[in-house]
This record gives sequence, structure tokens and C-alpha cells, in this order.
Amino acid sequence: MTTEALVLRGRVAAKLGDNIDTDIIYPGRYLNVTDREKTPEHLFELAYPEIRGLIRPGDFIVAGKNFGCGSSREQAAAALKFAGAGGVIAVSFARIFFRNSINLGLPAIVSATAVERLQAGDELLIDLTAGTIRKAGAEEPIAAAPLDPRAAELLAGGGLIPYLKKKYAAG
Amino acid sequence: MTLAEKILARASGRTSVAPDEIVVASVDLALSHENADLVRKSFQEIGVPKVWDAERIVIILDHRVPAESEKTAATHKAIRGFVREQNIGNFYDVGRGGICHQVLAENGHVLPGMVVVGTDSHTTTHGAFGAFATGIGATEMAGVWTEGQLWFKVPSTIRIEVSGELGPWISAKDLILYIIGKLGSDGADYRAVEFDGPVIRDMSVAGRMCLANLSMEMGAKVAFTPVDEKLLRYLARRTSRVLPMSPRYAPDPDATYERVLAIDASTELKEPQVARPHAVDNVCPISAVSGLAVNQAVLGSCTNGRLEDLEIAARIVEGQRVHPRTRLIVIPASQEIYLEAMRLGYIQTLVMAGAMVNPPGCGPCVGVHQGILAAGEVCISSTNRNFIGRMGSKDSRVYLASPAVVAASAIAGSITHPAEIGTKEAA
Repeated sequence: MTTEALVLRGRVAAKLGDNIDTDIIYPGRYLNVTDREKTPEHLFELAYPEIRGLIRPGDFIVAGKNFGCGSSREQAAAALKFAGAGGVIAVSFARIFFRNSINLGLPAIVSATAVERLQAGDELLIDLTAGTIRKAGAEEPIAAAPLDPRAAELLAGGGLIPYLKKKYAAG
Repeated sequence: MTLAEKILARASGRTSVAPDEIVVASVDLALSHENADLVRKSFQEIGVPKVWDAERIVIILDHRVPAESEKTAATHKAIRGFVREQNIGNFYDVGRGGICHQVLAENGHVLPGMVVVGTDSHTTTHGAFGAFATGIGATEMAGVWTEGQLWFKVPSTIRIEVSGELGPWISAKDLILYIIGKLGSDGADYRAVEFDGPVIRDMSVAGRMCLANLSMEMGAKVAFTPVDEKLLRYLARRTSRVLPMSPRYAPDPDATYERVLAIDASTELKEPQVARPHAVDNVCPISAVSGLAVNQAVLGSCTNGRLEDLEIAARIVEGQRVHPRTRLIVIPASQEIYLEAMRLGYIQTLVMAGAMVNPPGCGPCVGVHQGILAAGEVCISSTNRNFIGRMGSKDSRVYLASPAVVAASAIAGSITHPAEIGTKEAA
């Protein structure tokens, strides 16, 4: 288990509002794309096509409440991950998106105030275990919900598939 | 304990559980549709040769049936190969099933007290059968296919008691849209919902499925309607398994709820409800949007493609013609419903009115095929989501409503209260 995986550095690539649904993140018409690496081609395609080009490796998406509401489609989390995003920071997440995200090894970070205090372009240092978001140049860290140990274990190992692969290879 | 707590306690081998505890529950039934191919890939990556229990896996093709592209045809083919290889008997191919949630119910796969997971968010539908039923992603399902278990955070429960009665032209769909409008699209996030009260007890199993189904749109993890004699009679026709009534299928009288919501349908729900673009909680009474011209009307989906939905639509359009500016698309939720609707003459009535009937499946609801909207078009739909671009162009608009409102609006060519149809002819 690598604890380094639980400390993240990156920039805020884009800031979005409340209730960003799975059709906005990844339109249903592309659900027949089953190669995860190809899913970023359609990330935010209908409403915010510009965001895809703004994400540099490790960057974050910041949003309001209920991020990822709607469908169970895993492509929504996969498209963010394979576009290079280092995580999503939101006031709250819809439950299936949250699980998909952690299972794919993409940190989903809950913070009540980050959306008010962060802007696109901010440089961040995030400690998932401690539950802190530090913005470059700011004194006070922004509070985030500390990661559940189960989620931390999955994230540190790169997601559910590597975790199960290891478990069953050992058995 | 609430019903969600009781089922999770049983499935995790505990005597009791409380909200926010994490439990590992054994899964009784695992449902997938076309995304079974994504699950298959993850499963094969894990490297276990055989699924945990082929009898407990159900795969039903519905999102793109029949295959609309070569890519989908290849996906379907890969699923058929996997199903053969793993001896998964519960496979419903093109022409043998329909929409996964309807087919799962019709074939008696879901029983009260079960833990059901599906790679589809509307898996909450099966709470109408007293099952703890919820949606998960494909990778997580690969874990279920491997281990037959899954971790859950025990949800707290919101109880919704509905008294009074549903007036004329007011259906289960109107009730759940009203509740979603009240609670918001995250109003039940991570929570279990228990519906009860005289209105729910009076409601058909199809109506209860609509409630449980759409509860997902307020974030519910699971949503139950009561297990009663009516439900057991439904199940007795669908499964040979003996099902005596049991206190295991009901919440304890001293269960603790996060919140109890009382709704008097007679006074609160005076009109059919409509969810405006682009959120399911953007709900208003029909009078606020009536008269808005519609290019398309869609009757179908896992929310509202059942026999009683086709019946009310057929009654409304009988002897009339769909308005020249409007296209009416009808999608029976399953082959069984399709056949029954033909036998009863509903299909004939709808076709004679000018409806186009699509094969049982998800159709245009996911924006893939069979009725996609152009930029600037407006659709009234009995489906479950009206997100930006859900049914086609990002510049189209989808209004969600009951089957009766969809049928009436198709005839009028604009969003219309069903009571107005028929009287217009006379005027």
C-alpha cells in the first residue's frame, strides 16, 4: 500500500455548479465505448466540451453538491480518470458515482467549502487521510472529509480491480 | 429496525445493524444489461476463472436492441459468448425479454428480503418487491461476480406516508414527481425510502414499481413499498417458490427513521405534475406549462412502459389522431406487455391514432436511437430523466410526465391535461 497515493498535487482545471449529472459528464449515447482509455473523448461533451482540453495530469475538477447524480454509468468516472484528472472535489457526491470513482482509483473528495474558496487555476496540495486541501499562497487549509479506511485502501492500491487481482492471486 | 436495516442485518449475518455502520452483505441477485460486457472485461482482468454463482446472475439486453450499430452487435456477441462459457442460464436476448427491470420482475427473479444489485441506477425499482435493490458500477459488479458480496453503508431511512387518494388523471408518476420536487434531486441521497399509507396500499404493483424506480432521481439507495397480499398474489403468478407472509418483509413497529414525511394526496396533488428541463426535481403542476407545443411524445421506459400505462394512453387516443406537428413513440417495456397490449387492442388503437411502436427496450430514453431529438425540439416523455442532451441534441428539451399526460399531449400537439382531450373535439 502506497501512502504517497493519498497525497495529491494538482491544479483546479475547472469549477462547476450543483447537480452535475452523469449525462453532462458522459453522454448516454457513448455507453457502447467499453475501452476506458477512449472514454475521455466524450468527457463533458454536450455542455462543457472545453474542459477536456483544460485538464493536465493530476488536475482537479471542483463542483457543488450532488456531483455525478443520475446513471450508474462507470464511464463518467473513467472519462475523468483517463483524461488525467487527479480527483474531483465536491460538496457532495451521488452515491453510485462516488463508489465508481473510488473503485476506479479516482479520488472523490468531499468538502463543504472548497467550491466557495477555490478558483480555476489554483494550485492544490491535498492530504486525503488528514482531510486537508491546501491552496498555494493561502494560510488556512480547507477542510475535507477524511477518507474512509476502506476507500483509502482501494485508492492506495489503484482501485478495486488491482485489489481483487492481488487478493485472488494470493489465495 | 427499518426494512433496509433488517435486510442488511440478515444478509451480513448480524442480529442488528444501525445507520452508518459498514457491513459486507451477501448478494442474492446480480443484474446487468449491455454493460455486462464492461463487467466481463473487469472480471477477466481479476483473473478468476468462474463466476461465484451463475444462477444468481441475470443478463438482459435492453439499452440497444436490436443492435443499432456494428459496435453494439459486437458487444452483444461478446456477452452471448460469455454467457455460454459461464453457463449463465438467466440470459434474455433480443426478442426474449425487454427492459431489464420489467423482465426481472415478470420472471419472478426478485423476492422480498433479497439483496439485489444491478449495473443500472434504476435497480431501485425492485424495492416494490420488498428487496434491498440498488445500482452499482461495472467494476463493482465484477467484484460481485467474483465474490458474491459487497460492502454497504447502512442507510438511514426516510418514511413517506401517503394518505387521501389520487384524483382522476393523477397517477403514481405524478405522486413521485411531486415528492422529488419537494425533496430535491439529492433529498434522499444515500438514504433508504419506505413508502406506505392508504394510497400506496391501493396502488397496483406497476404503480409501486414506478415509485421505487423514480426514487433514484432523488438519490435514494433503495426505496420500498409494502410487501402485502397484493404483492404476494403478483409473485405467486411469477414464481413457483412458496412465499408465506413474514414479519421479515416489514419494518419493525419501533423502527427509527431519520424523517417521516406525511403527504395528503387529496389536498396536495390536485393536478398532474411535470418535471421541466433539465432536472427531475424541477417539478410544477401541469397548468404551469400547459399549451407548450411538443414535437415528440414518448411513452415507455422502465418507469412507465407497463400494461396499465399503455392502457390509459390507448383510452385517451382512441378514435383520435396524433397532432400533425407531433410524433408519438410507444415502447412496451417487455415482450410480455407487448403481447398483452396487442391482445387487448391497445397497440392497434395507438397505431391507428398515428403512434409508432418501437420494440421493447430503453429506446430513446438514453439518447441512443429510436427517437432522437433535434436541436430546438421539445418532447413530453413518460421516461425518467430530462438532463441536457439526454434524448438527443443538447439544445432539445424534455418534459417528464405521466403516461396520460403524454398521450393527451400527443393528441393536442402541446402539453395538455388529459381531462381536456375529448372535450376539445366537442368544442
